[in-house]
Amino acid sequence: MPATDSAPHKNSEQLESVAIRFAGDSGDGMQLTGTKFTDETALAGNDLSTFPDFPAEIRAPAGTMAGVSGFQIHFSSRDIHTPADRPDVLIAFNPAALRANVDDVRPGGTVIINIDSFNEKALKRAGYEGDPLPDLRERYNLVEIPFTTLNREALQGLDLSSRDIDRCKNFFALGVLCWLYGRPMDATERWLAGKFKDQVLEGNIRTLRAGYAFGETTELFPTSFIVPSAKIESGTYRNITGNQALAWGLVAAGVQMDREVFLGAYPITPASDVLHEVARFRHFGVKTFQAEDEIAAVSSTIGAAFAGNLAVTVSSGPGFILKQEALGLAVMTELPLVAINVQRAGPSTGSPTKTEQGDLLAALYGRHSQSPLPIIAASTPGDCFHTALEAFRIAVKYMTPVVILSDGYIANSAEPWLIPDVDSLERTEIQFANPIDIGEFLPYSRDPETGARPWAIPGTPGLEHRIGGLTKADGSGNVSYEADNHGKMIQLRKDKIEGIAADLPPVEVDGPDSGELLVVGWGGTKGSITAACERAREQGMSVSQIHLRHLNPFPSNLGEVLGRFSKVLLPELSDGHLAMLLRSKYLVDVQMLNKIEGQPFKISELMDAITELYNR
Amino acid sequence: MAADAAVKVSRKDFVSDQDVRWCPGCGDYSILANVQRVMPELGVPRENVVFVSGIGCSSRFPYYMNTYGFHTIHGRAPAFATGIKASNPDLSVWIVTGDGDGLSIGGNHLLHTIRRNVNTQILLFNNKIYGLTKGQYSPTSDIGTKTKSTPQGAIDHPIDPISFALGCGATFIARTIDVDAKHMQQVLKRAHEHKGTAFVEILQNCPVFNDGIWDELQDRKTRAQSSLVLEHGEPLVFGPPGEKKGIAFSSGIPSVIDLADDDDPVAKGVVVHDEQAPAASYAGVLATLQRPDFPLPVGVLRAVEKPTYEDDLQAQVDSAIAERGKGDLKALLHSGDTWQI
Ligand SMILES: Cc1ncc(C[n+]2csc(CCOP(=O)(O)OP(=O)(O)O)c2C)c(N)n1
Ligand code: SF4
Repeated sequence: MPATDSAPHKNSEQLESVAIRFAGDSGDGMQLTGTKFTDETALAGNDLSTFPDFPAEIRAPAGTMAGVSGFQIHFSSRDIHTPADRPDVLIAFNPAALRANVDDVRPGGTVIINIDSFNEKALKRAGYEGDPLPDLRERYNLVEIPFTTLNREALQGLDLSSRDIDRCKNFFALGVLCWLYGRPMDATERWLAGKFKDQVLEGNIRTLRAGYAFGETTELFPTSFIVPSAKIESGTYRNITGNQALAWGLVAAGVQMDREVFLGAYPITPASDVLHEVARFRHFGVKTFQAEDEIAAVSSTIGAAFAGNLAVTVSSGPGFILKQEALGLAVMTELPLVAINVQRAGPSTGSPTKTEQGDLLAALYGRHSQSPLPIIAASTPGDCFHTALEAFRIAVKYMTPVVILSDGYIANSAEPWLIPDVDSLERTEIQFANPIDIGEFLPYSRDPETGARPWAIPGTPGLEHRIGGLTKADGSGNVSYEADNHGKMIQLRKDKIEGIAADLPPVEVDGPDSGELLVVGWGGTKGSITAACERAREQGMSVSQIHLRHLNPFPSNLGEVLGRFSKVLLPELSDGHLAMLLRSKYLVDVQMLNKIEGQPFKISELMDAITELYNR
Repeated sequence: MAADAAVKVSRKDFVSDQDVRWCPGCGDYSILANVQRVMPELGVPRENVVFVSGIGCSSRFPYYMNTYGFHTIHGRAPAFATGIKASNPDLSVWIVTGDGDGLSIGGNHLLHTIRRNVNTQILLFNNKIYGLTKGQYSPTSDIGTKTKSTPQGAIDHPIDPISFALGCGATFIARTIDVDAKHMQQVLKRAHEHKGTAFVEILQNCPVFNDGIWDELQDRKTRAQSSLVLEHGEPLVFGPPGEKKGIAFSSGIPSVIDLADDDDPVAKGVVVHDEQAPAASYAGVLATLQRPDFPLPVGVLRAVEKPTYEDDLQAQVDSAIAERGKGDLKALLHSGDTWQI
């Protein structure tokens, strides 16, 4: 009988929301523990938001600050938008994890430590001079649990090495938390059964249940907590991360457009998971190609687009930059493809596992000469799915490469996602050029409405033609060096991209339609900005919000909307790329709030900036 | 389709309406003419042929072919071709590249495309110079080559395209000469018949920036001594009547031996050419035959079978569909743990 069935014998207290951070060595399984707790929390019907934060090194030296890996989950009975600024509860598996995280914990919060790992040597490795616990007992509700010992006891008699036994201790801790917050454990047990077998399976399940029972009986926890399920839009939900949603969106595009998908990519953090995920879907007719570098990745993608596939390439900052020359060719040859940049902190190799929004100007202007292309930014993990579909719709309708900007934060964060009804997803019918409709074939003739040139794919008799990077004559597409034609072609392409604005939904203002302060955001900062604006309104400030998805071209009414507010605040995880664009295009005095720390915005940081500007 | 097949296609059908703009006397002209001449004999409908090139004089090639064509960016043509071929394995994809395009900036892509055995024909025009950028030395230029960028002579050791291809695991390797129409056409046909990457080095003269580098091989009077024409199953003999010679191997080291006209070369120890030799070491020795100590081998050095990249990729798609059924989006979105609110 699963431990979850036993009724709690202790009192329970109701809470609106809780944020928990799991922290330990990279090898302690913190990401896994956090993910499993997240799945159970989702099944319990809470709204939630997560933030995995891990080092770039696969295995930094054990017990050091450099090797600390963390996973934060915020769950609530109301609609939430962020993983929370400060955790209410920290579970620290060793002194380094404690030292790296404890100052983030809300004053008076709970700190659970694995007391077994607190010895003199470990404290020293973590950089502690003396014993930190007396001080912590003053500041927090410190709970000392011998996880290592308890886990070993629970697994006595199993035919496992002591190393394998110790590896299970994170599931003991998970069991404790499941009791503490009334999470069902069935999902984790099912997952374990699919993943392990024999003694390893037995060991993990045993320690998980032992942890639960420990929570119930120990006097360390006088009460358990109940976070009631959230009242959110009804429907079927699942958990999804941004990278998973992107991958599924690409697969969905193939289904909705009835075309094969080709993904050319070269591994890079934090984008590789998109390649991994799409590679699982060959039965959708999807082909993935792990190229020798990003230049080959994008080049093969353009080749696939030329041949008639829904072609996409994915990478992060350094890899995206390597693709720029080829993207210029895609602009010149006007072929439909999608290039995804899951942004990370730079410059150069920078901080591969940390987030940033520093590639907007590179996406817009990083190619030589005039080479405009549409840019769309995903704003939440689930939104990545719809962003992928939309990018392909624009690419094939307008015959253009499209850039999607995601970021390391939404790529790895998870949120409950209302599964869309497949029948209501847009279907796009692809029109390849057809020799029957055409007298003389002109590869650079244009659709009068969209400006798109025909997509004439090899294998079609009668439409043999040559394309390339040399300047094209209008209409025929033949190589041309005439001055007038050159300018004309640049203008035609520019008009085509700018014309997409007419096809975009107007920006909608959240909050008052005009007034004192408008907070503008784009991309993965949506959750924090929304939470901050809601809080500001609760405090009586008249604050409005818009969040931009289309960064090139901008929605047609953007200038007009900006003009309706006295002050405009633009928080960005960069030194102000969008602010620069809005200032120059709309001559609006945009106030910048820039953060470049590799971390998402805290609500409090945004609140401070909103309050300050509001009262100025 | 059937009606089309009955219409006899000729060389003219493969000539595009674009003016050819190479310098007068450039070797590229004769390569173009030979490719256009061979095309009708391959039996591939014109609409299924795609020429993909990088950047360089040679890479203008696709504009002159009345087929599908893609003039891409410097060095990357093999990667474009891989995407095209992976998307539509039915197309006949030809890559045209130069020694700079293919072996300098594009060396990485050439390596990996050959290694993957993507079923394409790679034609590398080797003029041992950068033509389009007006005459800098290239990775195949001989040591000492004086150019604008090497006024005191090139000091880096050249790479031999054939050895490179062999090192990449090429399943088909051949060499031919721009002016030898008959030979080139044979080699092109063989390259097309090969299933897998067919790598063909074409010795090409650039009369403007590197004139005469292949003179001995181009000149009919000297060609017989300076080249070794490879024929599968035939002994490695060369030279005009009265000056016949053969290639013998001793412990894998090649040497030239003199032959009388009526000698049986095999009895004298001359090696019999085996393009299908399973070990690459045989072609490896052939690749070391360089001027002036040896005649330069022309023809097919190696032709072996290996699965192609795009076939294996398609097979994975097919087997995934056979095992799991054609993908169902609704089922995917609802897979794993879900909950109702
Ligand atoms: C990214 C980039 N770098 C440099 C160039 C300039 N470039 C054009 S062709 C060429 C060399 C071509 O030499 P090769 O491949 O031997 O061809 P050939 O012109 O001799 O046929 C160079 C360096 C370019 N077009 N693009
Ligand atoms: S520069 Fe040389 S290779 Fe280029 S077209 Fe002229 S002759 Fe031919």
